[in-house]
Amino acid sequence: MEFLQPESGVFPAAKESAMARVTEINVNGTRHAIDVDAEATLLSVLRDQLDLTGTKYGCGEGQCAACTVLIDGNPRHSCQTKVGAVGQRQITTIEGLEKNGELHPVQQAFIDVDAMQCAYCTSGMILGGVALLKSNPHPSEAEIVEYMNGHICRCGVYQRIGQAIALASMRMKGSAA
Amino acid sequence: MSAKPETKIVLEPERYEFRATPMHLFAMDRRDFMKAIGGGIAILLVAKEASALQESGRRTGMREDMPREINAWLHIAQDGSITVFTGKVEIGQNVRTSLAQTVADELHVELASIAMVMGDTQLTPFDMGTFGSRTTPQMGTQLRKVAWAARDVLTGLAAKRWNVDAGQLVAENGKISERSGGRSITYAELAQGQSLAQMMPAEDPVTPATEWKIAGQPVRKIGARDFVTGRHKYTPDLKRPGMLYGKVVRPSAFDATLASVDVSAAKAMPGVTVVHDGDFIGVAAADELTAESAVAAIKAEWKTTPQISNKELFEFLKKNADQNPAEENRYRQTKGSMSDGLSAAAHRLEAEYHISYIAHCPLEPRAALAEWKDGKLTVWTGTQRPFAVREELAQAFHISNDNVRVMVPDTGAAYGGKHTGECAVEAARLAQGAGKPVHLLWTREEEFTWAYFRPAGVIEIKSGVSSNGMLTAWEFHNYNSGAAAIATMYEVPNQVTEFHPVKSPLRQGSYRSLAAAANHFARESHMDECAHAAGMDPLEFRMKNLKEPRLSAVYEAAAQKFGWQNRKAAAGRGFGIAGGIDKGGHLAACAEVAVGRATGEVHIVRVVQAFECGAIVNPEGLENSISGAITMGVGGALYEAIEFDNGRILNPRFSQYRVGRFKDEPKIEVVLVDRKDLPSAGAGETPIVGLAPAVGNAIFNATGMRIRTMPMLPGGKLPRKLEVYA
Ligand code: FES
Ligand code: FES
Repeated sequence: MEFLQPESGVFPAAKESAMARVTEINVNGTRHAIDVDAEATLLSVLRDQLDLTGTKYGCGEGQCAACTVLIDGNPRHSCQTKVGAVGQRQITTIEGLEKNGELHPVQQAFIDVDAMQCAYCTSGMILGGVALLKSNPHPSEAEIVEYMNGHICRCGVYQRIGQAIALASMRMKGSAA
Repeated sequence: MSAKPETKIVLEPERYEFRATPMHLFAMDRRDFMKAIGGGIAILLVAKEASALQESGRRTGMREDMPREINAWLHIAQDGSITVFTGKVEIGQNVRTSLAQTVADELHVELASIAMVMGDTQLTPFDMGTFGSRTTPQMGTQLRKVAWAARDVLTGLAAKRWNVDAGQLVAENGKISERSGGRSITYAELAQGQSLAQMMPAEDPVTPATEWKIAGQPVRKIGARDFVTGRHKYTPDLKRPGMLYGKVVRPSAFDATLASVDVSAAKAMPGVTVVHDGDFIGVAAADELTAESAVAAIKAEWKTTPQISNKELFEFLKKNADQNPAEENRYRQTKGSMSDGLSAAAHRLEAEYHISYIAHCPLEPRAALAEWKDGKLTVWTGTQRPFAVREELAQAFHISNDNVRVMVPDTGAAYGGKHTGECAVEAARLAQGAGKPVHLLWTREEEFTWAYFRPAGVIEIKSGVSSNGMLTAWEFHNYNSGAAAIATMYEVPNQVTEFHPVKSPLRQGSYRSLAAAANHFARESHMDECAHAAGMDPLEFRMKNLKEPRLSAVYEAAAQKFGWQNRKAAAGRGFGIAGGIDKGGHLAACAEVAVGRATGEVHIVRVVQAFECGAIVNPEGLENSISGAITMGVGGALYEAIEFDNGRILNPRFSQYRVGRFKDEPKIEVVLVDRKDLPSAGAGETPIVGLAPAVGNAIFNATGMRIRTMPMLPGGKLPRKLEVYA
């Protein structure tokens, strides 16, 4: 689970943010003008202000990872992140993975493996998978399980999700990046 | 209720399911209806009882009034697009996919050309609800009939147009063609300019599974791209103009009543609406944070009553069971004589099993978006029973059903936990007070606390086994957890089976497989105990006492794939087997566990499960659903238990309530047994019942410890005090 927690010192703005407003935020490569209380969670800002509802609420306590987003490429629980602490960092949500109509290999692999049932966990799972492959392009099965253990899929699709991440890893090996 | 017990055990199977009768669907005549749907061809499947009342002629297409009881309908628009309307909902069991497959198969069109409209009380026919694994056997069959009828109508139209006999025509790939290879015409062309509503009685023939082309094939989730891109809108993702965010002030305990409340501070907050109506207090505000602070500013005092805790639960359940009268009891079934059976036995066993309350924990908590307009109420909500929720709303607001529309977006699962409409009623009440649409999403804690639980239970079993390994006696009592799959599937000449209802201390309701998981856990654990007492291999013992060919077949299939005969004993390793039948599904599961001798931790290494549910509609979706059920079963088998005291839930968070995670997942292998000669049964639930007993039996095999509680490892480890079966 550690990998999802904000590292200490990463969000220095937190202290003076009480009562403060946040007026802009970088999401999926676009700068958005907002006007929200700095204490609001990043999750609520994404969902309620920017209508990026692909990021899900599942627990609000950092336990399910349905709310996972990437902040400067690192997976974070948006339910545990105050918007005031985000500053200029680049946020990637599930909506930002598709490029020019082309799905990210992890997204495509989830479709190909049918790694979903109700799919409520899927956004978080995919972003977790993307982050994993960025830090470890060819994870072993055990490494996938270890890395993804903070994500809950109540429908129990773990085995297929693992397979989808492995498939994406294999496919990405071929590509230049 | 006063019927004499029959030899066949017919205990009320699903007392936690809700019942309702069909009601009016279309309050309009045929012409208005056709106008509303823009012409084309509509095929409506009329409920059997209703169609029997109609004139003897099969077709009643020219009637002006609409039938009252319609099970499903299908529309071919003038542009040829095909839409199927069903009151069933999609909650992750992937019936949107499998039902579309069924229709495409029978209508002879491509799967992609089918659109499904589901769970919308205004557009879809009445439906009791999506539960009990009934969608495939019932709705699937009905939609197949509708599609068959549609094909028949299209063929008839082509025959008329060309003035040929319908027998010379064939429907293929969305076209009607002459068998001779002459003319052909698309469904779209045939539907053009039509305004035809055809009623179909429900007994038309359908294509047997052996001739299926699209059904029976593996198909991945329809619309998956919307899910992997985050585009799909679940209920919590919906927005309406001017929408506010709601929050409810929760009582401090179950059954608490409001003693006093001061809402003045919250009311004074700009943009905040406070609704105080009886014991209901809630707020609505422009954003979540404001709604939260408004709730925090409300001072409410609650009067509570002392209530029991989970520590006293099992004693309570036994003590407070309804006294079933000895005679004429629908909950009690007997066969032969227990005393005869026990005296014929060489081994007599007696054991008690405890089942905890557990929570459904759908990852999408209950949510609703409610909007009032001109006295009419529209609610989007994730529920398994949209029509029942409509009824709940109509009653709560004293309006007619016609003034309420409930829509169910494909939902982040339910598992039997979303049968009721509390969240919808709350959102609607707040919307009424605020005069604006209100969005309400329960927090995880609310979901854990204010939804209902899978029933807890106590199960007692007494049994006798002869010296040659035959069951001679079987007495089974279930207190509170439910009667689903309570009857043993083994042959026993002397039996007593009884369900004892109890007024549950916690609110309880349906759950994936209902009580079948509990009853199978107890029964199949006990079968293992019997086998051990008789000194027999657990599989051999089961087969010897079994005369159910479908169950025997899955036992053989699972054992073979698992390598049961060649399993190798090793320190800290154990192997277990269990099987069962419920809701038309037959399953056998083999499990291998690894036990950390020093740590007391148990890891389920491998599970092989064979499953048979008649003709398989979508092997891909079925495999997914079965392995999902096994994984979900891991939580209930090993870790999940609701702790409570004095009307409060003590562990209402994922950090305190352990559900199965990646690391808990065994390697799962599913063996599908496809019986094309048998009708399709549902499979959303039954695959969960085998895991717990198979794992319990494997733990016994590894350690000699017999654990008779669900969950088996409440603290994450083997319990310290263990009864060792020597
Ligand atoms: S909602 Fe953020 S971790 Fe569960
Ligand atoms: S697919 Fe339903 S929670 Fe993962």
